[in-house]
Amino acid sequence: MNLIRDYAGKFIDSMGRMSILFMQTLYWTFHNLKSGKFDFKNLIEQMSRIGVDSLLMVVITGVSTGAVLVVQIGYQFAQMGAQSYVGGVVSLAMARELAPILTAIVVAGRVGSSIAAEIGTMKITEQIDALETLATNPVDYLVVPRFWGCTIMLFMLTVFTNVVGMIGGSIVAVYQIGLTFTSFVDSILYMLLIQDLMGGLVKASIFGAIIAVIGCYKGFSTVGGAEGVGKSTTDAVVVSIMMILAVNYFLTVGINNFNVAYLQ
Amino acid sequence: MIIVSNLHKSFGPKAVLKGVNLKIYDGESLVILGPSGCGKSVLLKHIIGLMKPDSGQVLIDGEDVTMFDQKKMDALRMRMGMLFQSAALFDSLNVEQNVAFGLRRHTRLSNRAIHHIVSEKLEMVGLPGTNYLMPSELSGGMRKRVGLARAIAMEPEIILYDEPTTGLDPIMTSAIDELHLSLKERLGVTSIVVTHDMNSAFRVCDRVALHFGGQIVEIGTREDMINSPNPMVQQFIRGEAQGPMTQL
Repeated sequence: MNLIRDYAGKFIDSMGRMSILFMQTLYWTFHNLKSGKFDFKNLIEQMSRIGVDSLLMVVITGVSTGAVLVVQIGYQFAQMGAQSYVGGVVSLAMARELAPILTAIVVAGRVGSSIAAEIGTMKITEQIDALETLATNPVDYLVVPRFWGCTIMLFMLTVFTNVVGMIGGSIVAVYQIGLTFTSFVDSILYMLLIQDLMGGLVKASIFGAIIAVIGCYKGFSTVGGAEGVGKSTTDAVVVSIMMILAVNYFLTVGINNFNVAYLQ
Repeated sequence: MIIVSNLHKSFGPKAVLKGVNLKIYDGESLVILGPSGCGKSVLLKHIIGLMKPDSGQVLIDGEDVTMFDQKKMDALRMRMGMLFQSAALFDSLNVEQNVAFGLRRHTRLSNRAIHHIVSEKLEMVGLPGTNYLMPSELSGGMRKRVGLARAIAMEPEIILYDEPTTGLDPIMTSAIDELHLSLKERLGVTSIVVTHDMNSAFRVCDRVALHFGGQIVEIGTREDMINSPNPMVQQFIRGEAQGPMTQL
């Protein structure tokens, strides 16, 4: 019982600290935009790093997911004579759920861990203290560019996952299932709505923000030496993925309700 | 003037500072001696506001820095420089970017002027021409000297040195001591130095304080310390394994 209480206490404490870090990030963002001191150079560096780090894995994930979905759905639909819906169903699954979730998981593993390791190393080698002695707020200098870099790049990478997923799906649909390319594309255009795409991209951006906040928080809370950095890195990935999966449910419900209320 | 008044700090059950009292006069060089792990670096971090005390005050020019908000603290830190024990260079930036960090963020100087200042500071610490090396390409001693160049880049009024000569050879130790003395003479810099190096300590100090058991147990000039009847001071100066500091 005490163990459960301890874990619950630590969980609530961590969530509180992450929320404070998130609020500080927003504060420094608006403060810097207002005073004209927003470090766009640092933001672009982070965006390029996050994008380059993740691109290959995102391509492999997207193509593979699109292809596998077409194989799984294609034969079933063919038996029911519903081949013309394959493209639409695959694109809906990709746009609404699979592309944002899988891209976020890939980025959490690749970028979330590297953020936690980098900031964790800075913490244990007194570089964070050095930043402060140079009158520089660590949240402003380290978290703000990573937060917006992750948020923006998750959006862009998810667009990319959707595109390569459809390309992978179309290749399998044409050469393995025996559909024509035109019927595959027509089906996508018929069934996939802009709100399906946008809903998935909004989710992806929120997942990006979650990965950045958790990665930075785990980095800042690193204690000890190399072992501490290793622990923070692993924690950042595990907690990010768990949080993404949990938040995904609520986002899906919210986006569906929004679509029903305002767009249908 | 810097006044540390009844400063207390604990980490969990371990009390590191137990009512430290200290006065550092403008333009003075105060050396804080003490055994490893006694809390000397913790005391420095309280003076520059990196740590908050459990109780007590740190007054700089009459203002309590423990109560400062971020804006006031940043304004104060622009007047201070700190050399860290591990140098704490930013791994992802080269030497020039490290030394220029404060200048780029807090001044409107041109790139050419910043480059000139950086080169001048690197020359002062005996590392001319190293502008474009990465920290990973530097030895421990070189890293420390780059850290010192970064600490003095903004020409601060107060410099905190956390073990400035550890890991340096005797010639470079003397060079750093001379640099320390010339900064004091030229700019009237107030310095607080934490060190174990007795030779260096006696070379740069105006006064020496011995920190032990969470308190300042003795403070005075070099001669006061050498002639002190306090057995702790004598044990530390002579580097004796047996004595009151090791019995406690």
